[in-house]
Amino acid sequence: MRNQSALRSKLVSSPYILWAILFIIAPMIFVVYYSFTTASGDFTLDNIKFLSKYLPTFLRSIWFGIVATLICLLIAFPTSYIISQKSDKMQRTLILLVMLPMWMSFLIRTYSWMAILQDTGLINSFLIKIGIDPVHMINTGGAVILGMVYNFLPYMIMPIYSVMAKLDFSMIEACQDLGGNKINVIRRCIIPLSMPGIVSGITMVFVPSVSTFYISQKLGGGSFDLIGDVIERQFQQSYNYNLGASLSLVLMILILVCMAVMNRFSGDEGEMVI
Amino acid sequence: MEQNVIIELKNISVAFGDNQVLKDLNLSIRDKEFITLLGPSGCGKTTTLRIIAGFMHPDEGDVIFEGKKINSIPPHKRHVNTIFQRYALFPHLNVYENVAFGLRIKKMPEKQIKEKVEEMLSIVNLKGFNKRSINSLSGGQQQRVAIARALAVDPKVLLLDEPLGALDLKLRKDMQVELKNIQQRLGITFIYVTHDQEEALSMSDTVVVMDGGVIQQIGTPIDIYNEPKNAFVADFIGESNIIDGIMREDYSVDFSGNNFKCLDSGFAKNEAVDVVVRPEDVDIVSPEKGMLTGIVTSVTFKGVHFEIIVDIKGFKWMIQTTDFHPEGVEIGLFIEPDAIHIMKKSEYSGMFGDYSSFSEEFDELSVLDEEAE
Ligand SMILES: Nc1ncnc2c1ncn2[C@@H]1O[C@H](COP(=O)(O)OP(=O)(O)OP(=O)(O)O)[C@@H](O)[C@H]1O
Ligand SMILES: [Mg+2]
Repeated sequence: MRNQSALRSKLVSSPYILWAILFIIAPMIFVVYYSFTTASGDFTLDNIKFLSKYLPTFLRSIWFGIVATLICLLIAFPTSYIISQKSDKMQRTLILLVMLPMWMSFLIRTYSWMAILQDTGLINSFLIKIGIDPVHMINTGGAVILGMVYNFLPYMIMPIYSVMAKLDFSMIEACQDLGGNKINVIRRCIIPLSMPGIVSGITMVFVPSVSTFYISQKLGGGSFDLIGDVIERQFQQSYNYNLGASLSLVLMILILVCMAVMNRFSGDEGEMVI
Repeated sequence: MEQNVIIELKNISVAFGDNQVLKDLNLSIRDKEFITLLGPSGCGKTTTLRIIAGFMHPDEGDVIFEGKKINSIPPHKRHVNTIFQRYALFPHLNVYENVAFGLRIKKMPEKQIKEKVEEMLSIVNLKGFNKRSINSLSGGQQQRVAIARALAVDPKVLLLDEPLGALDLKLRKDMQVELKNIQQRLGITFIYVTHDQEEALSMSDTVVVMDGGVIQQIGTPIDIYNEPKNAFVADFIGESNIIDGIMREDYSVDFSGNNFKCLDSGFAKNEAVDVVVRPEDVDIVSPEKGMLTGIVTSVTFKGVHFEIIVDIKGFKWMIQTTDFHPEGVEIGLFIEPDAIHIMKKSEYSGMFGDYSSFSEEFDELSVLDEEAE
């Protein structure tokens, strides 16, 4: 009997295992393999050594990723809270609005921002019209970060909102009852109770921000190369798969380290859970 | 008496849309008293507590705390704490931190917090539970944490919204005793909400019986039981036979085709009244000796006594007796003057106190409950 059910559960889960092997494990193995080999397939550490040249790019990527993630968090937290306090119908409408930009292609969204930010773009022509000196916006670090925030904000709002929508309002009342003013309610109640949503929101924004390659090219004008751009070039232009793979590998490790640090940090916040 | 009133509700009215939940409610609560709001589900008990705690504002009327109007004072500035109907403990904090919550907000020094939390945990018998997570506690233990958390901030008034509702009977009885002890020991005013009349009678100094957003009666448990003001109170508190009667003159009442002596006076001559006779106050005698006679129509064994239903001229009485009387037998009833309580007619007259539909009434209630859910 037991053998039979074990067999059945194996059979049922086999498509998923196969899927995982095909699309997760196998690519990883390839990445690792390419990272430590030359174009002709011999073992080498040169790819890794070569990476030090890209250290500034790595640092910039991480820095931009952190800034974009923080801005997303600052916008998403109050937005999610406000949405979660509305009536059910209103909540559905507002969430739809949050998701709406995601229905459009990522490329089109980024191109639209180019049109808006250009020196002769929407904003500047407006400024000129009302007699204010135009502001140079495109091809700045700020524009790149704006692009990241705009594109990845929904990924921050969604998880935070879904935790907040389920938040038991009596928790907030209990906090007020025990003497908590508005700030206490936010700090001691709403933030810790929404922590799961915040953590997954940060992950879902930070990871794509660090590894993005298109936004920086279009809105940064090539002067704010991010690591994603470098990796893309290795595959698309230089055909140096080995260097590309080793860059990816290091990026992956860096992201894992960042996430671990952050989890540790958020773990401190909720340490009382034990 | 007036001086030590701690909370006063004056002409409080609340409506949710068309639903008038509280109607012109007036209530004074004395310092250090154990007062219970008792009434059926939906009668406005929680709403009354929420108005006192400050989570809701009355459409009309004033909330007075120690002589000062506090209508516009937010909850966190009121010296009133609540034990919520479903405890509302913080799942992200352990037992210690839950109890310390209010103290941390007050920015009390860590050392004092520790002393206070330990003291509170020992009051509620949860010593050594400091590090436990809330989700690992049983219902009764969570209940105690909620009590400790509220008591830690030294409230003058504690509001308890059906705090024992989720506990099993045995635990509920134990907690009743414990709560009463805590209240007396710490000298805090308890405003307690329940729909369990036994709990209300056994714990309270004062019972407030509510129905439909209106206070039906305020009094000591003994007053409420012995001298209910109307058929609703008589029926809600314990079992009652409520019979139509006519007050012939002071101390003399007619019902069930007979004249009885009673202890009540002050009614108009020949005034129609409701007569209450508690099932345990009726003596069973032989039919010849009885003031009333009737046929036993059903017998239920209840442990301490039998509960028998007797048909007297078409009206079904409930009588509690320790002697067994089989179904179909004719018995006589003897009712002492002090077993009779006379009430003025009210909107509730004729709605309660007849046991002919005993079982059906029960069915109806459960149907209503199902609809409510
Ligand atoms: N937020 C609300 N919106 C609309 N109606 C409400 C709201 N809160 C309470 N009510 C209504 O007010 C009435 C009284 O509710 P309340 O919670 O005070 O009852 P209760 O006496 O505490 O009942 P229970 O014993 O079931 O807890 C009910 O009819 C309820 O449906
Ligand atoms: Mg209630």
